[in-house]
Amino acid sequence: MPKVAMRVNGRAVSGEVEGRTLLVQFLREGLGMTGTHVGCDTSQCGACVVHVNGVPVKSCTAFALDLDGAEITTIEGMANADGSLGRVQQAFQDHHGLQCGFCTPGMVMSAAALLAENPTPSEAEIRTYLEGNICRCTGYHNIVKAVLAASGQDPATIAAE
Amino acid sequence: MYAFDFVRPKTVAEAVKALAAEDAQALGGGQTLIPTLKQRLAAPAVLVSLSGIAEMSGVSLSGGTLTIGGGTPHATVAKEARAAYPALAALAGGIGDPAVRSRGTIGGSLANNDPSACYPAAVLGSGATIVTDRREIAADDYFQGMFATALEPGEIITAVRFPVPEKAHYEKFAQPASRFALVGVFVARTGQGARVAVTGASADGVFRWAEAEKALSGGFSAAALAGLAPPTGDMISDLHGSAEYRAHLVKVLTGRAVAAA
Amino acid sequence: MPKDGIGAPMKRREDLRFLAGDGRYTDDINLHGQAYVWFLRSDVAHGRITRLDTAAAAAMPGVLRVITAEDFAHAGGMITAWQVTNRDGTPQAEPKHPILAEGKVRHIGEPIAGVVAETLEQARDAAEAIELEIEELPAVVDMAAALAPGAPKLHEDIDSNLCFDWGFVDDNKAKVDAAFESAHHVTTLELVNNRCVANAMEPRAAIGLYDRPMDHYTLYTTSQNPHVIRLVMGTFTLQIPEHKLRVVAPDVGGGFGSKIYNYNEECFVTHAAKLVGRPVKWTATRSEAFISDAQGRDHVTKIQLALDKDGMFLAFRTETMANLGAYLRLFATVTPTYLHGPAAGGPYRTPVAHVHVKGVFTNTVPVDAYRGAGRPEGSYQLERVVDKAAREMGIDQAEIRRRNFVKPEEFPYQTPMAVVYDSGNYHATLDKLLELSDYAGFAKRRAESEARGKLRGFGFSTWVEASGLAPSRLIGALGARAGLYESATVRVNPTGGISVLTGTHSHGQGHETVFAQIVADKLGIDAGLVDIVHGDSDKTPFGMGTYGSRSAAVGGSAIAKATDKIIAKAKKIAAHLLEASDADIEVADGKFTVAGTDKAVDWATICLTAYVPHNYPMETLEPGLEETAFYDPANFVYPAGAYGCEVEVDPDTGAVTVMRFVAADDFGVVLNPVVVAGQQHGGIAQGISQALLEHTVYDESGQLVSGSLMDYAILRAGDVPGFTVDHSCVTRCEHNPLGVKGCGEAGAIGAPPAVVNAVVDALQAGGYGIKDIDMPLTPSRVWAAMHEG
Repeated sequence: MPKVAMRVNGRAVSGEVEGRTLLVQFLREGLGMTGTHVGCDTSQCGACVVHVNGVPVKSCTAFALDLDGAEITTIEGMANADGSLGRVQQAFQDHHGLQCGFCTPGMVMSAAALLAENPTPSEAEIRTYLEGNICRCTGYHNIVKAVLAASGQDPATIAAE
Repeated sequence: MYAFDFVRPKTVAEAVKALAAEDAQALGGGQTLIPTLKQRLAAPAVLVSLSGIAEMSGVSLSGGTLTIGGGTPHATVAKEARAAYPALAALAGGIGDPAVRSRGTIGGSLANNDPSACYPAAVLGSGATIVTDRREIAADDYFQGMFATALEPGEIITAVRFPVPEKAHYEKFAQPASRFALVGVFVARTGQGARVAVTGASADGVFRWAEAEKALSGGFSAAALAGLAPPTGDMISDLHGSAEYRAHLVKVLTGRAVAAA
Repeated sequence: MPKDGIGAPMKRREDLRFLAGDGRYTDDINLHGQAYVWFLRSDVAHGRITRLDTAAAAAMPGVLRVITAEDFAHAGGMITAWQVTNRDGTPQAEPKHPILAEGKVRHIGEPIAGVVAETLEQARDAAEAIELEIEELPAVVDMAAALAPGAPKLHEDIDSNLCFDWGFVDDNKAKVDAAFESAHHVTTLELVNNRCVANAMEPRAAIGLYDRPMDHYTLYTTSQNPHVIRLVMGTFTLQIPEHKLRVVAPDVGGGFGSKIYNYNEECFVTHAAKLVGRPVKWTATRSEAFISDAQGRDHVTKIQLALDKDGMFLAFRTETMANLGAYLRLFATVTPTYLHGPAAGGPYRTPVAHVHVKGVFTNTVPVDAYRGAGRPEGSYQLERVVDKAAREMGIDQAEIRRRNFVKPEEFPYQTPMAVVYDSGNYHATLDKLLELSDYAGFAKRRAESEARGKLRGFGFSTWVEASGLAPSRLIGALGARAGLYESATVRVNPTGGISVLTGTHSHGQGHETVFAQIVADKLGIDAGLVDIVHGDSDKTPFGMGTYGSRSAAVGGSAIAKATDKIIAKAKKIAAHLLEASDADIEVADGKFTVAGTDKAVDWATICLTAYVPHNYPMETLEPGLEETAFYDPANFVYPAGAYGCEVEVDPDTGAVTVMRFVAADDFGVVLNPVVVAGQQHGGIAQGISQALLEHTVYDESGQLVSGSLMDYAILRAGDVPGFTVDHSCVTRCEHNPLGVKGCGEAGAIGAPPAVVNAVVDALQAGGYGIKDIDMPLTPSRVWAAMHEG
């Protein structure tokens, strides 16, 4: 079987995979990193979003072998060095931006990607950016608040109209 | 997914060679192909990834022509074409979602020619040229119906050349689930007249709305379209919208696109 | 007061693992030696299996066994938990629901065989090698067609496609008809409550494990109620006694009702683990979820409202057909009957009412409870017809509701629909809505929208639900085959930490935080001393699980009761240590004090004394500190609210944009305001999603046209604005110890009619004389309604 090597959360990893092995399968089954979730099979839900070389990617829609040599960041890599929640993660807890937790890894990774691109996004920009991440629990209200807070903005500004 | 071999050539020449194998299939960003493979609706023996071919990626402007490498992701186009061709950049920035745009490529989109994809509207609406490993194909000759193109088996889109129009705009009305275009209209004012390309609406795939082009060539304004009847033809009718509704949207969106261009 | 007691906005502690990627969902679990199953599912909606040859498949690489209905010959069908009685006194029809198809298939996606193999892809390869021939039979998808003479019949073991013909309250019918004859005005509305696919973000998954020497089974599954699965699947279907079956529902990624029921796949992996001698794992793809998860709603209703000249409601009556799909799941028959009928009464003083429902089998995926379960259907029809009546009679939408509300002083209020509302103040929530939504400023906002070429509308919905399922005695009389109490064990450890074992299950609701607040509040200790254990039948006492907004009202009350028992015993220990009478002991801030003195012992001392009983009243008290309570409520709880939705409609495209959504709810005592607001947001979003987007479409042959997220739209972040939610109007529940009502289903009940009424308002104000419009209000539907003349 072909071999793939990449860096995941700063750690060099490698493993044998099939041609058809998806990145998410390599992470979950190959590396035992189950923080990244699979919620659909049509690339709609975004539960599987990770960062590949700094940009968000749906890990269920990318082959592991296509990412040989890539730098991957997953939800497991978002905490601070001391193990405490990172900035975006902490904002999600502070503002109740999650309920069942299943979409959360992808949501956090997308939010982090947005803030890397646009450090102080407007509410509208946040909502638009998250269009590839479906949450069935929160109605998005508190997710948007969390992202506003993570960007250092006042989450109380979220409002209708 | 059925099992397949995976190869990732470094050059176009290597890719062309790999694609000559029996049941070989090119892989662009995979944002459509991978879900298809998951459903076991395709069974390639070899998947030839184009993602490692440096010569196929990038955006460059030269003498009024914007050239985009066939392997360039939508996100890159959205960023790097913004100054030279804002309408195209905005279209690329509205495809799918950010994660899809990180992977999906212009060449992959055009090779697939989904009848609801956005890029075909820009290519046809701009009168762009599809550059492949073996020839150049004018947009007007390239699109040959739903999921059908002028590409030969194993032929790779290496670049797309867009003549930058004087004005242009893409107006998309998204299908709420897939976020593809329920209807999308790309309008451009060029030195040779107006072009109007419509995606999402027709069972024949992207098409040029000749009556609108004619009306706009007399004066590029939304008012010029007022008297037009919605386009006829083989409009798609599905749970997201009837044929009549889609035809109506074409007209509405064309007007909005012209106004915004 | 402890800082994280009842009412505190405590941050959720479970978030720490979810945010770190350390959640442990069923698919995250991998057992040693585990094999995988892929199901061969029917690709036709109705047919007779004429050939099923598994020999070639069984010989494929990696295949351990191909399992068909023959392997379940010993098992019963999957059961339904409620027996509805027909108007003529006969029981509902209950066709057998086999685990794997027995000779016939009756809906798309029905499992026919399961291939167990070393890898999932090998199982899938082999499933393609099964030689299956199905003689296709005419399918029936439409309910009226299914009830027509000569319709294709789904089940051979019952008379027709009619499951039940139910009237509620049937004795009211003559009085209702008389009221209509004398009415000043009658408003009639025919509507469809669209079928929804729950689409919890975690697809269902199950792993079966069998310990041969001990003859013991374990099932890991995505369930809202592991004990219920153990009982109904183990005892009734697979005939495994409870003590030989452990059911674990670990972290579960949302349920919304769809993870209540015992499913074919759970039965399969449990038994298959024994047949192959290996753990067997199944994880649904999203595409499988669309054709195997129970779906929701799907009612076709005609409702009529009789009014006097002042707009006072005299009576209403409804005729509903409820689509059950091809088979009955666990709550399939109670959802469109007892959960729906009483809800149709709403917050109004309508003196008499009659609800008539026919449950119909069709060749579609089974339908069962979905967030709100019957109550959204009841509220939707009522709030739509009230809206229409107000328009017809020229009465303001708020005013017609206010006139007809049950008055604050009328509680407890006996409704004509059998239930008694114990408390409420519907005028208060409506007033709060009008204030928060700036209803007075609507005309100005409408003018601004019109200046931009948009139509603007405001839609009301005032709702009440019977939730907190439920008093066992009452539901038993109505046909329930189970009780609906809840259990809790409060286990105090020797050094003072507490494990609370609850029979409810948290799959997003925040129990691990909120339940700890209850115990901390009562004992006056830090919530950090309290951990909540749920989701494992080997750990927790028998409980009925989480659905029907019951966790706080019933499960939380059980915890409160068990904690009261702990306090009573702790007081005796304190009294012994302090040489006082336990009647004189007071508890506050984790201290047990002799009233009126400074003599006290702290919590740690009491716990240690209980477990190291050197100085202990052994003659009168057992050592240890652990108490269990079962709580069976005296009544349902009746949360209520007033919702306002403001929309803009683009007349050129028919696109609807929600501009504002305001919810003023009365949930009784609020245990954690942040968690409650989150439930409001989520329910509202699901309600808006149903109203605007969610469209489950079967074609005439029974194929599911909207069978993936490419065609089935779910609300996304950009589809809505922020919501304004309020829960400051509090009337205590009068009969549970916490005074709490329920909040989980509120938004899903209240939001859809508010959205649709707003769109109707916008279109009518814009001069479009639309007759009516059904959900989902997709742009194309709205545009078509505007142009149908």
